[in-house]
Amino acid sequence: MTAHAGNTEHTGDLGHPDNAAIEAAFRAEYGRAVAVLVRFLGDIDLAEEAVQDAFATALQKWPETGVPPSPAGWIITTARNRAIDRLRRESTREDRHAQAARLYAPDPPAEEGPVRDDRLRLIFTCCHPALAPQAQVALTLRLLGGLTTPQIARAFLVPEATMAQRLVRAKAKIRDARIPYRIPRGADLPDRVKGVLAVVYLIFNEGYGGREDLCAEALRLGRLLAELMPDEPEVIGLLALMLLVEARRPARFAPDGELITLSDQDRSRWDGALIAEGQSLVRRCLRRNQPGPYQIQAAINAVHSDAPTAAATDWGQILQLYDQLSALTPSPVVALNRAVAVAEVEGAGQALALVDALDLDGYPAFHAVRADLLRRLDRHTEAVRAYEAAIALTENPAERAYLARSRESLVRRAPG
Amino acid sequence: MKHYLLSVMQPVGEPPAPEVLEEIMHNLDVFHAELRAAGAWVFAGGLHGPETATVLRANDGDVLITDGPYTESKEYLGGICLIKAPDLDAALEWGRKATLATTLPIEVRPFMGEAED
Repeated sequence: MTAHAGNTEHTGDLGHPDNAAIEAAFRAEYGRAVAVLVRFLGDIDLAEEAVQDAFATALQKWPETGVPPSPAGWIITTARNRAIDRLRRESTREDRHAQAARLYAPDPPAEEGPVRDDRLRLIFTCCHPALAPQAQVALTLRLLGGLTTPQIARAFLVPEATMAQRLVRAKAKIRDARIPYRIPRGADLPDRVKGVLAVVYLIFNEGYGGREDLCAEALRLGRLLAELMPDEPEVIGLLALMLLVEARRPARFAPDGELITLSDQDRSRWDGALIAEGQSLVRRCLRRNQPGPYQIQAAINAVHSDAPTAAATDWGQILQLYDQLSALTPSPVVALNRAVAVAEVEGAGQALALVDALDLDGYPAFHAVRADLLRRLDRHTEAVRAYEAAIALTENPAERAYLARSRESLVRRAPG
Repeated sequence: MKHYLLSVMQPVGEPPAPEVLEEIMHNLDVFHAELRAAGAWVFAGGLHGPETATVLRANDGDVLITDGPYTESKEYLGGICLIKAPDLDAALEWGRKATLATTLPIEVRPFMGEAED
């Protein structure tokens, strides 16, 4: 990731240690700086410009002066000064008057104050239900993650111009309809938290197929939310879920990029530190006894990560957790995942009957699960057809490679 | 403060039965009273149906007059309510009450500029 300013990218010399430090500061502090400046300026575009100006200045100055003791403080102060300079220059323009007046007010908001609340406010602003879900994700990645518009466009497989337009529209709606920059109050909070968690989990899932940077971004946002809302069990549940899934990343892909399914993974390659952290969070949120879908999915992944071998997995417990999840959030996809656990506890025949009753014809995992169950029941011809249906619907190359190899091995084994 | 327009999206067709309509009108009165009490009231009114509409079009310095609405569609603007609110969340809260009172979809849109307090 390179530091960037608006549409112009300032690509630093990555080999230079000072530039690496600036990159690190950019990653860590961009969202915080934008959040503080939005509060200070009351305008998202101005805040972004000011923060990008400040990072551009850092790229020039820090290699000579060294990285200051508090990079975030330096960036925020510099950005604020830049914004004041700019508004002063442009304050003859009618629409800048109000902003300039705010800045000259005798009691300007302190930048060292409740900085953490500013980021939380910005997440809730980005994830306001009056914005389209895709715009919520894009804005969150842009303003809190510091991702560039081309990066976000690539992640969501849309043309850059489309993504740029989506971001401009969302920011204009925040400004024109006056979407408030605040954490929702009391009664609204649980509803709004749901939207925020959904956005963070979407970003994580988008990265799950191989985009490590998006997973890292989602984890960072998840940690931020957990730090800011330690009393919301679903917030902790989502962080635990993402940590436990992320822990398996080193074992999830073969050297040639092919997907390796959970049962075939080399468990010694799982990240023990992430598993320990995830499991302790699962225990912490389950103690509150307010189960929610993220907590239960985290618990399911905790059971998987407890098993030293695939054969030693406690499928009985996993099935119970899926029963709980189905009761809480019934959906065909949950039923499909539950059927995988049923196959282990009661046998592939029972599971196949459940799967065949589901209306998920357009969903690749439906065909992949069916294929595996048919293979286990020695119905090879049908299994090959199911693998073919799954391959036709799958876009991710790592998953396609895995499905293709599974089908090949069946074609070789089954004469006709 | 800002002005927001709450538009009532009414389906084309028969109006609801009198006893249903009576309850809706009562709920609307309650909603309007609440707006006034909160100081958010500006103006509200129902509109006659699209068949009562007339469209004027400028045409080379002349004006063309046609009978009927500007566009034919399955829903039409059944009424409006103009309110004052500090931000979108406050406006959406009034919109929530309006959709519950009318049982119809409500579109919320900000006016340009600020509202005088």
